[in-house]
Amino acid sequence: MARLKKFFAAVGLLRESPVGMIGVGLVLFWVVIALIVGFLPLRDPLAQSAGDLLKPALTLAKDGGHYWLGTDDRGRDILSRLFFGSRLVLFWSSLATIIAYSVGMLMGVTAGYRGGWWDEAISFIGNVFLAFPQMVLFIVILSQLGSDSPAGQWLARMGFSATWVKGTTIVLAVMFATAPQVARIVRGLVLDLKTRDYVAAAEVRGEGALYIMLVELLPNARGPLIVDACLRLGYVTIAIAALGFLGLGLPPPDPDWGKMIADVRGFGALAANAMIWPALAISSLVLGLNLMADGLREIALRD
Amino acid sequence: MTQPVLECKNVSISYYTRAGEVPAVYDFNLTVNAGEAVGIVGESGCGKSTVALAIMQYLGRNGAVTSGEIIFLGRDMRKMSEQELRKIRGSQIAMVYQEPMASLNPSMRIRDQLIEVPMVHEGLDAKAAELRAIELLDAVRLPDPQRILNSYPHQLSGGQQQRVVIAMALLSKPKLLLLDEPTTALDVTVEAGVVDLIRDLAKKTGTAMIYISHNLGLILETCDRICVMYSGQAVELGNIAQVFNHMRHPYTYGLLQTLPLPTADRFARPLVPIRGQLPLPRERPTGCTFGPRCDYFKAGVCDLPQVMQSVARESTHEVRCARASEIKWKVPDKLGSTQKSAKIGPVVLQVKNLRKYYALKSGWGKPARVVKANEKIDFEARESETLAIVGESGCGKSTVARVLMGLDTATSGEVFINGNEIGQLPVKKRPPGLISNLQLVFQNPFETLNPSHSVGSQIGRTLKKFGVAKTQAEIEKRTGELLDLVKLPRAFADRKPRQLSGGQKQRIGIARAFGGNAAVVVADEPVSALDVSVQAAITGLLTDIQREHKTTIVFISHDLSVVRYLADRIVVMYLGHVMEQGTAIQVFAPPYHPYTEALLSAVPIADTSIVKKRIVLQGELPSAITLPTGCPFQTRCPRKIGAICEQQLPPVKQLAKGHSIMCHLPDDELQAMEPVFALKSELKTKSKKRSQASS
Amino acid sequence: MLAIAARRLVSMLLIMFVISVLLFLFFEGDKLNLAARVLGPYSPMTGRLAWLEHNGYNRPLMTRYLTWIYGFMRGDWNQSAQFDAPVFDFLLPRLKNTAILGACVFVLTVAISLVLGVFSGIAEASKRDRAITVISVLTTSVPEFASATFLVAIFVYWLDWLPGSSSFNNGFSWREMILPVATLVIYNFGYYTRMTRASMAEVMNSQYIRTAVLKGLPYRQVIIRHALRNALIAPFTVMILQLNYLLSGVVVTEVFFAYDGYGKALYDAAMFGDVYLILAGAMIAVVAAVVSQFISDVGYTQLNPRIRFS
Repeated sequence: MARLKKFFAAVGLLRESPVGMIGVGLVLFWVVIALIVGFLPLRDPLAQSAGDLLKPALTLAKDGGHYWLGTDDRGRDILSRLFFGSRLVLFWSSLATIIAYSVGMLMGVTAGYRGGWWDEAISFIGNVFLAFPQMVLFIVILSQLGSDSPAGQWLARMGFSATWVKGTTIVLAVMFATAPQVARIVRGLVLDLKTRDYVAAAEVRGEGALYIMLVELLPNARGPLIVDACLRLGYVTIAIAALGFLGLGLPPPDPDWGKMIADVRGFGALAANAMIWPALAISSLVLGLNLMADGLREIALRD
Repeated sequence: MTQPVLECKNVSISYYTRAGEVPAVYDFNLTVNAGEAVGIVGESGCGKSTVALAIMQYLGRNGAVTSGEIIFLGRDMRKMSEQELRKIRGSQIAMVYQEPMASLNPSMRIRDQLIEVPMVHEGLDAKAAELRAIELLDAVRLPDPQRILNSYPHQLSGGQQQRVVIAMALLSKPKLLLLDEPTTALDVTVEAGVVDLIRDLAKKTGTAMIYISHNLGLILETCDRICVMYSGQAVELGNIAQVFNHMRHPYTYGLLQTLPLPTADRFARPLVPIRGQLPLPRERPTGCTFGPRCDYFKAGVCDLPQVMQSVARESTHEVRCARASEIKWKVPDKLGSTQKSAKIGPVVLQVKNLRKYYALKSGWGKPARVVKANEKIDFEARESETLAIVGESGCGKSTVARVLMGLDTATSGEVFINGNEIGQLPVKKRPPGLISNLQLVFQNPFETLNPSHSVGSQIGRTLKKFGVAKTQAEIEKRTGELLDLVKLPRAFADRKPRQLSGGQKQRIGIARAFGGNAAVVVADEPVSALDVSVQAAITGLLTDIQREHKTTIVFISHDLSVVRYLADRIVVMYLGHVMEQGTAIQVFAPPYHPYTEALLSAVPIADTSIVKKRIVLQGELPSAITLPTGCPFQTRCPRKIGAICEQQLPPVKQLAKGHSIMCHLPDDELQAMEPVFALKSELKTKSKKRSQASS
Repeated sequence: MLAIAARRLVSMLLIMFVISVLLFLFFEGDKLNLAARVLGPYSPMTGRLAWLEHNGYNRPLMTRYLTWIYGFMRGDWNQSAQFDAPVFDFLLPRLKNTAILGACVFVLTVAISLVLGVFSGIAEASKRDRAITVISVLTTSVPEFASATFLVAIFVYWLDWLPGSSSFNNGFSWREMILPVATLVIYNFGYYTRMTRASMAEVMNSQYIRTAVLKGLPYRQVIIRHALRNALIAPFTVMILQLNYLLSGVVVTEVFFAYDGYGKALYDAAMFGDVYLILAGAMIAVVAAVVSQFISDVGYTQLNPRIRFS
């Protein structure tokens, strides 16, 4: 009960920042859609309709209703593909970010607090991965770990669907690209925090390194880290959508937003409608995350 | 009569925050004449810095002078245009700031920052401006001006930086100099030099000065007049003699009662803290703002808004108190025998020949550099005794604390607690019994508690680690007991640190340290970051706890006034060495080590009845990495006798039982030393005796 | 000072060495897989084994690595399976194209971000500041392929002012550069603008700027002589790191606009499975990124007097 009250208090705090509220609104919109999409009266996102190719928005459909946002190059309803696609986007982006963040935090807090050899080793490993431009790293990893690679085949034999195989490799690639960045930020925060007297007080009463890192240090870094997490979720979403656009993302026919744009690119002006809606969808989600991060940053500064 | 340099008439200043208007200063009146030095004194939150910035018309985006006039040389500054203000700033009114390092541009050489001023204000060319800058660097007693001009701020020490800031302020010969806590960030002996300099310069140049500080002693020694502020208002105004000898406002009186003057005594005449708390700006009472905390509050008189009135027969002395003429100060009763000092017991802590060296990471090809933080430290502390370790930055006192607590291990030497050797035992290897027996109170109350957890949980965790309490019930019981011990309500256990004030946080820090009934508590500058009135309460608390539990307190500080008040034994350190040690009485009376003598002379005393010898050390504190040869103090020692001081480390001489100093001075010179402090009355009788003897 | 630079240099070389080993093992570690990719999925096993023998893949790993790294430094980057031509000959003009694109983007981004960042940082919380911040946040939320979509929809399909693809079929043309450059700049400038703004605002709130104002210096002098030299240190060093980002960002943009640069080459190679091309391309990217990091670090130590003269 007390926890619920604290949660509402935190949300209420957000009300102080109109920017943050808009951001939360946008993000919540997509989260809710993703959760309830199965219950909405939408057409099958995979159903192709040979007669209704690349129709613009608000076209009448054969089944009596409207194609509210038009159709794509195979006659599939764009609106339903967008909504169903939100599940994919939110799920994989969140999963990738959470994993990358967990690994990054552990790396950063160990490097920052333990210092010495730990710091050198972890920072070096981090620098190795940070030396790769992100997309290059993705291409390197994904080109070798595709479904035909030994790793992919092993996963397929275990019963994972193609989507999961690809998804796992994407999560791995994101982790390698993102965890070192998070580690660097956390390390910086910890280096600053560990000079505080309460850390010395914990040492002086004999606390172990793990306790100090997890209980004394990390909770006090939560302000900047929450802000960064929102931003990073945005970057990861963009990265995964870009992979989708390039065709390195989740396999068809799953409605990946990035792929939706790539699919219709070759059709010239006719494709304008089919391209714009996924682009708007992605932009709105990332905008929401960025605004949320900004709102949180304003509030944290005022605290 | 010439017009005053500055006149503040009924000035009110407010800040505009999201939560509305916050009145920071109101009904403020002050007149400063040419050549006069006026001090503005108050604790944090009284508005003194706000006044200085308001005079400069630099209150930032959300501050404004809401009413009144600020008249500089006959013109109202509030009505001036930005152009006119620009012309005045830096040339007619100049300011010196609290933190010199932050106030200088880190990316510009000193030369560029200095020559700008006369170039902009007087149209000098670069060469002429540089000559003027060199003149002033000489006036602020900085040797080797070319080196200073070529340096960047971070290459200078704190004292040097502040002198540069003062030089910069005086470059265009201003009529008024504002100094906002100019020496707070400096070491005591460096502070003394800068204060001395400011006093001399003011006299020489005839510049009017407004000196803002929280330190009453400093104001007494540097200013002609004083204005005491409380919660945004001036409560007492007058010249030094009037205010210090015949104060009329209860707050002024209360402040002086909290200061550890040489006349205070921990047991017979303890410091009396001012009860209550400073009200938040929006919660100020409608009557006298000091009313709720005043011992002389009278309903019907004191709950009406108070105005400044002149004191009878002292027209230049004003006070904001309706009862000013009728209050008779209640002297705190001599507490007598019930508060006798606790009996000092057997030796509990022994430090023998402690050495602690730190190796610095070296670049390739460079030899490893060693910081000799502690060198041959010897001392003992007994049960119920307070041992003070005194020194300035770099003297190694914090290193001693770290070795005692196990955060570092000794390079050589031994440390014994109740017979157990701990110098080589890092904290991780210490058994819980030992850990709980030897604890630390930290300096910065604002960082001593983890802001993310409740206060009670932090005490509880400590208790668990000490093995003092195991079940939840036991922990809660003991936590309650500890909160009682530090005189805080038990309800505080659920609060987060940011809901507590600085003094309250420090009390929790003390409660935490005493959680396991420690036999030895090391207090590392526990009151330095607190306001003066709160300091008295904390030192009183420590004394009470010590008396009840027979604790040994190792009190580390740079503040000699507090040390004199609290300590039974004193160890004076300089650059890693023990220069002098003895009982408090022995150390504060001659014979002194020359460093102790200078340190004593540097401490400002807020007591008009005391005369102090003036000893100002030259030069800067050497860095701990490149120690001077021979005696570490020889580079600044006013009593240096010659080459022997530069070549040989001095021997440790026993002057009396328990009193030793490390110095080359011959015994007869030591015995001939005169005391640094003397009561004016004593001096008069002495000189009478002398004139009688000679006649 | 020299010691710092030397230490960074060693660190840089070490990182590149480690990366080269990792890349090598990743791509050429599994010999059979490699042969399958180079020769095609339908090649017979005997053919693959013969090819491995012929090309020296049965020598010990260490020797193979050394040969490869030596060849890399000499410019011998093997044959591209996709184009049946030496990788080096193929990649070099592509790199040139990307360099042109990158240079334009860099110059425009730096100019825009510095100007906007300084102007908004000076007047914190003003309307100007809020407007610039809003624009920055908006543009960094729109990924390249999305902004490319919008730009193409407006300027190519609707207004028909600009060409939709930039393959330079008729030689070099500035018109074809506009959209790719615009796409990258739009996504890029917001971040650096906000960084510059934050740095500028922090400096303007610092105590030494207060000192400068209270010395009676004219406003222009305060900004130009006192504030800028402190505020621009961090943004400058971060902007040099743009190179790392650009190499990543061009992939999507070049693919979208069919611009024959390094990014498109890498992408095509990844789709085809042209191992040698990917390997060489990755090494180049890493070398460029590490060099830019090195320049940025050394630049920072030079610009910050606290480090330069300590």
